[in-house]
Amino acid sequence: MAGLELLSDQGYRVDGRRAGELRKIQARMGVFAQADGSAYIEQGNTKALAVVYGPHEIRGSRSRALPDRALVNCQYSSATFSTGERKRRPHGDRKSCEMGLQLRQTFEAAILTQLHPRSQIDIYVQPLRGVVSLQVLQADGGTYAACVNAATLAVLDAGIPMRDFVCACSAGFVDGTALADLSHVEEAAGGPQLALALLPASGQIALLEMDARLHEDHLEWVLEAAAQAARDVHTLLDRVVRQHVHEASILLGD
Amino acid sequence: MKETPLSNCERRFLLRAIEEKKRLDGRQTYDYRNIKISFGTDYGCCIVELGKTRVLGQVSCELVAPKLNRATEGILFFNLELSQMAAPSFEPGRQSDLLVKLNRLLERCLRNSKCIDTESLCVVAGEKVWQIRVDLHLLNHDGNIIDAASIAAIVALCHFRRPDVSVQGEEVTLYTPEERDPVALSIHHMPICVSFAFFQQGTYLLVDPNEREERVMDGLLVIAMNKHREICTIQSSGGIMLLKDQVLRCSKIAGVKVAEITELIQKALENDQKVRKEGGKFGFAESIANQRITTFKMEKAPIDTSDVEEKAEEIIAEAEPPSEVVSKPVLWTSGTAQIGEGVENSWGDLEDSEKDEDEGGSDEAVILDKMKMDTGVEVSDIGSQDAPIVLSDSEEEEMIILEPDKNPKKISTQTSAKQEKAPIKKPVKRRKKKRTAN
Repeated sequence: MAGLELLSDQGYRVDGRRAGELRKIQARMGVFAQADGSAYIEQGNTKALAVVYGPHEIRGSRSRALPDRALVNCQYSSATFSTGERKRRPHGDRKSCEMGLQLRQTFEAAILTQLHPRSQIDIYVQPLRGVVSLQVLQADGGTYAACVNAATLAVLDAGIPMRDFVCACSAGFVDGTALADLSHVEEAAGGPQLALALLPASGQIALLEMDARLHEDHLEWVLEAAAQAARDVHTLLDRVVRQHVHEASILLGD
Repeated sequence: MKETPLSNCERRFLLRAIEEKKRLDGRQTYDYRNIKISFGTDYGCCIVELGKTRVLGQVSCELVAPKLNRATEGILFFNLELSQMAAPSFEPGRQSDLLVKLNRLLERCLRNSKCIDTESLCVVAGEKVWQIRVDLHLLNHDGNIIDAASIAAIVALCHFRRPDVSVQGEEVTLYTPEERDPVALSIHHMPICVSFAFFQQGTYLLVDPNEREERVMDGLLVIAMNKHREICTIQSSGGIMLLKDQVLRCSKIAGVKVAEITELIQKALENDQKVRKEGGKFGFAESIANQRITTFKMEKAPIDTSDVEEKAEEIIAEAEPPSEVVSKPVLWTSGTAQIGEGVENSWGDLEDSEKDEDEGGSDEAVILDKMKMDTGVEVSDIGSQDAPIVLSDSEEEEMIILEPDKNPKKISTQTSAKQEKAPIKKPVKRRKKKRTAN
C-alpha cells in the first residue's frame, strides 16, 4: 500500500472524511416478519443483518437454564461470499466463534436478563458484502461495530428491555491523529485499530478490543475518539428507532 | 469431569478478603507471582512457571510454499492446547469457549503486533518460505493462563534457532546444525500480556489473578504491551462495564509490569546462552533437579489483633450464660430408652464390630457421663435385667439407674467410632486385646 496517504496534509482521509467523521449510516428495523426482532444496517460499505428470537424456552439441554436470568446466545456467521476467496465453513472457525463470544458478552451486560429467568434469547448476526477478511486475520473493527449496532436495533425491535443502547465504533491512529470509524482501506493498512462498544448514557464500556501497536500515550485520544463516535452513532440509532415507532403507530391508527 | 462449583462461603470469603485488600497468597494488589523460566536441551523449548501455572512452549520450523497473497512473507502459526493434566475439568470436547478465546488473543497479540519479521523468513520468493510453528501446552492451571502462555511463546521464539539457508542463483542449500550454526529469528519486540481481574462491578482490581480469584471475578481485561510502552493488544472480556480512566490506569500499571518481566526474560535468555557456550549442563533435567522437597511455608499475613480482647470480653459480658444441659433419659417403651437427640449413624458396619464388646460395668457410668446431648445413644434391651427401674406411662422419666454390677446384654451404640475414641480409654485397650486374642 505504498504511496497511499491515509491522512492528507489538509486533514482529509482517503474517502474525503475528516478525522472525526463517521461514514453514512442507514438502518431499518423490522425487516423480517417472522422473527421476533430484526434489523439491517449499512455503515458506508459495511452491511450487517441481525435477527433476534426470544425470549423463549431453552432449546437443547435444560441444564443450561440459569435460574435467575436469561441465557443470551449469539451466533456470528460470515456469509461465504463476503470474503475475497470463497470460504467453505461460515460457522465453526475460530474467528466466527470469537465474534460470537464477544457479542454475547456485550449483550449479556446490556440486556436486563433478570426479567426473563430460565429462558433464552438468540441473536444471529450476519455481515454482508463489502467486508473482506484478509488471511492475516486482522480484527475487522468495522464488521464488529456494524454487527453490534444491528443487533442493538434488532433487540429493540423485539421489545426486549435493555439498560441502554449499545453503540459500537472503530477507531484508529495515523500520523498523530485519531481517526473514527475506519473504512476497509484504513483497516487494511495495518495501523492500530480499536473497537469499542459503549453504553452512551453512562459512558460505560461494554467491550474493548485493540490490535496492532499503539503507544500508551496515544491510547487516551483514540479511546476518546471512539467514544465520541459511538455517541454519534447513538444519536443516529435513536432517530431510527423513533422513526420506526412513529411509522408503526401511524399504521395502528393511534 | 465437570468443574466442581465454588461454594457460596468460599466465594463470599474471597470477595470479602478482596474488599479488605487481602489476597489469599499474601500478595499485594499489583503483585505478580514468581516467574520461573527454564529451557530444554533443544533450541526453542522452554517451560514458564507463573506461580503454579505452568506452560510448555515449543517452536519448530519447516520449509513450505508461501500463501498466495503474501508471497514474500513467512508463515507464523500459534496453537495453545489445554492439556487434560492441567485441570480436572479440561476434557477434549469441553473446552471450546475458553480455548477459542485464548488462542485468538495469543494470535492477535503475537501476529498482528508484528513482533517477528516475517520478511526475513522468506527463502525463495513465491516458492519457499519458513513456516514457524509455536505450540504451547498448559501443564498446570492455577489461574492466568494467558500471561504465562504469552511469556512462554515469546521466550520460546527468542530462544529458537532455525537452520541456516543460503541461496546461490537457483540453488538453495539447507545446512544442518553440524555444518553451520543455526540462526536466531529476528524479533522486533517482545509483547507480553498482563491480566487485570475486576470484582464488584469494577470497584476492585487485581493483577495476575490465581485460579480461585478467577472464579469469583466479574471480568478480565488483558493488555499486551512491550517494553517500549507500545500497546499491542487490549481485550476486555466477561461482561464488565469499564470506564475510560480505569482502562488508562491499567495501561500504566501494565507498562511497569511488562518492563520487569522483560528484564527477567532477558536475564534468563542470557544465562542459558552463557551456560551453553561454556559447555555446562543445560536442559530441563538440570533445572528440575534443583527443586528439593522443602516444607511449605507461607508468611504470616499481618492482622490487627489489638482490639480482639476487648471485643471478646464485650461479647462474653453481653451474652447470657449457657443453659445447663442435663441429659435426660427418655423411656419410649419397655426396653427402649433414649438419651439426647441422636445423630444419624454414618458408620453402619461398626455395629457388628461392637456387638461382641463386653463393656465392663464400671465403664458404663463413664460412658454415660461423657456422652453429651449431641451424641445420641440408643440403648436397646436394658430392661429385663435391671430390676429397680421405676416405670411409668409418661415418657418424661427422670432417672434410670443402671446398676453398675449387672452386665446389660448389649449396648449397641449407634455413634460413630470417632466419637467414642476420645473419652474412653479403657475400652479401647480391651478391644485391642480381644482382637489379638482372636
